[in-house]
Amino acid sequence: MSSNPSLVESINPSNGPVLDMRARLGEVDDSMRKPAMLFLVSAVFWLLAGTLLAMVAAIKATNQDFLGDSEWMTFGRIHAAHLNTMIYGWGNNIIFAVAPWIMARLCKARIRHTNILMLAGIFWNVALTIGILGIFKGDMIGVEYLEMPQYVAPIMLITYALVGVWVVIAFRFRQSEHVYVSQWYILAAFFWLPWLYSVAQIMLVFEPATGVVQSLTNWWYQHNLMGLWLTPIALGTAYYLIPKVLGRPIHSYYLSVVGFWSLAMFFAFAGIHSLIGGPVPAWVISIGVVSSVMLLIPIVVTAINLHLTVVGAHNEGWASPTMRFVVFGAINFTAVGVIGAMMSLRHVSETTHFTHFTVGHAHHALYAFFSMIMFGAVYYMMPRLLLKEWRNPFLIKAHWYMSGMGGILMVVALMVGGWVQGMQMNALDADGAPVYDFLQIVENTKPFLWARSMGGLMIMVGHFAFAMNVFWMIFSPVEVDKVTEPTLLTSTPDKA
Amino acid sequence: MKSLPLLFLGIFITMALSWSVVVLFPHQQMQNLTPASSDLTDDQEKPIGGAVYYVDGKPYLGKNIEGDDTFPVKLVGEAQRGKLVYEEMGCMYCHTQQVRRQGYGADFERGWGERQSVPRDYILQERVMLGSMRTGPDLTNVGSRYPAEWHYQHLYNAQITSKGSTMPPFPFLFEIKEVSENFGPSADAVDMQAYNPGPGYEVVPTQRAKDLVAYLMNLKQDYELPEIKFSE
Repeated sequence: MSSNPSLVESINPSNGPVLDMRARLGEVDDSMRKPAMLFLVSAVFWLLAGTLLAMVAAIKATNQDFLGDSEWMTFGRIHAAHLNTMIYGWGNNIIFAVAPWIMARLCKARIRHTNILMLAGIFWNVALTIGILGIFKGDMIGVEYLEMPQYVAPIMLITYALVGVWVVIAFRFRQSEHVYVSQWYILAAFFWLPWLYSVAQIMLVFEPATGVVQSLTNWWYQHNLMGLWLTPIALGTAYYLIPKVLGRPIHSYYLSVVGFWSLAMFFAFAGIHSLIGGPVPAWVISIGVVSSVMLLIPIVVTAINLHLTVVGAHNEGWASPTMRFVVFGAINFTAVGVIGAMMSLRHVSETTHFTHFTVGHAHHALYAFFSMIMFGAVYYMMPRLLLKEWRNPFLIKAHWYMSGMGGILMVVALMVGGWVQGMQMNALDADGAPVYDFLQIVENTKPFLWARSMGGLMIMVGHFAFAMNVFWMIFSPVEVDKVTEPTLLTSTPDKA
Repeated sequence: MKSLPLLFLGIFITMALSWSVVVLFPHQQMQNLTPASSDLTDDQEKPIGGAVYYVDGKPYLGKNIEGDDTFPVKLVGEAQRGKLVYEEMGCMYCHTQQVRRQGYGADFERGWGERQSVPRDYILQERVMLGSMRTGPDLTNVGSRYPAEWHYQHLYNAQITSKGSTMPPFPFLFEIKEVSENFGPSADAVDMQAYNPGPGYEVVPTQRAKDLVAYLMNLKQDYELPEIKFSE
């Protein structure tokens, strides 16, 4: 892949000789090697921890007596620990590994003083460990997505800033005239997150706002963490990787501009649809509903742009580990966006609200979209950072099939189960009395939760395959002559 | 993207706008809310049947009726501490504390409330836990539904009161003690029915369990407010 000159041109059509370019990228990779690998390895550890916690929580959801005598292992705490491990452990670490690297490459800016990045990485993960232990210990804060005790929040914000500043510096000293779409997304995301995080911490934890303003702030944070942090990073990564791997430019510059601005405009207001029917002013909810529907614009536009770039290169895509994951993620970006817009409609929300459907939606976005694109990025990045190839294509395939199918099974099970749960919860007989007893609904939901656990089990197998391959590669010796031979998952990629 | 200043400006404005509209405006709007009697009066002490009254077309905030109780009420003592237990156990992942209006969902029909929850209900809460999931029932008015003993049994093991429930047991909020030979069973021992320990032993709630139950018994929106009456 890296031997194909047209890849590079697709990122910056106006640059000099290819060899010079590759040398410069090599320099960037060289400077990012240590910090990126620190974040990546941490991310993989948190991913495994989060997966195990998820399995425990999933078992507890149907078998409440499992580990039931332990206060540390009670469902609420496991749930919170899983959520925070996945978002701040896996999500943020993998972003800190991938996004600055892509930014530095696109800016052709060698990152200096990477010791500071290393320090940030160590502090981030230490703070996170303390935070997760705090949740288990009982210092949990009752605010979704911000459960980690308040004593770690300042450390996290500072270490975050230490990472973010290198993204800004790389951008400031960029060597290229043209600013590529991935750079807008990454730059914007690194600007939005500290704003979101500090406002949410202050208004919810340190100086709590009055009454349901807390709930509004919470949903504003929660949804924008997805929409203005994880989503732009994942899209920026997809915009970087797809042309790189396939060696063709993005379909339309114009569509990228429309997609970027409409995402920023509409996602920022969409979160409030999660309070439909709740005790908040109706006008705020209406704004949330309208912007959630308007979100269809960036979703359709970005989908067209990414998919038209891939069209006609399906065999090459299928052969590349990176492309399999990224395209899977991109397709689910479209799916999750369309479903999200539906869920924001008041009469759909009446059924899906307060059910497993919402949980399914969250996993759809965070796993099938965001995480899958990040896996794709790891498959692309590690060989270039370590100058080694993947040791075992079978493990990559296992990861892809298990994560892909397990993810779909989980999302479908939760959504169908949630729909059934919601319908039965609201069903009234002719006399206006509920048709289903509450405990009956609990019982009827169980088969779907078992299916969800099966999906989770498959995902866990996938993650262990992934981790095994990552560490196998790290601990294997460098073989210089193998560098130009990328790992392919099919033997004849050029048959088309 | 040709113009970088424009890019930065756009990135800044989108965030500033959403923060203002979604968080700051409602914050401004709700700051004026105070505990209220179920009806308000104008300055002539005439009931106004709402939250505001008008003089010459100008709106004024109504006044509480002298001597009437005002709602909501702040939690104190055990109940206040119990809320922290509710929080650290992560109860909110399965239980909501918000009733939706009649005809939207089946909250009324399930007996979860007699009126919709409104912003004023939450103004005195240091931590608002509306919740987003109903794996278990809504708890807005759970204090009106069951006696304290039911809660102790339900927390110790939900199967005692609700066979087939998937709620986690909280045995670590209780102590199993030997029954005193001189004084007999403790006053606050709870009968755990099928889950009673062997003869000679009893289950006694810890202070944390008492706090939590005090909190649950205080969860009630059983009052009317100027802006909301029962069956709305």
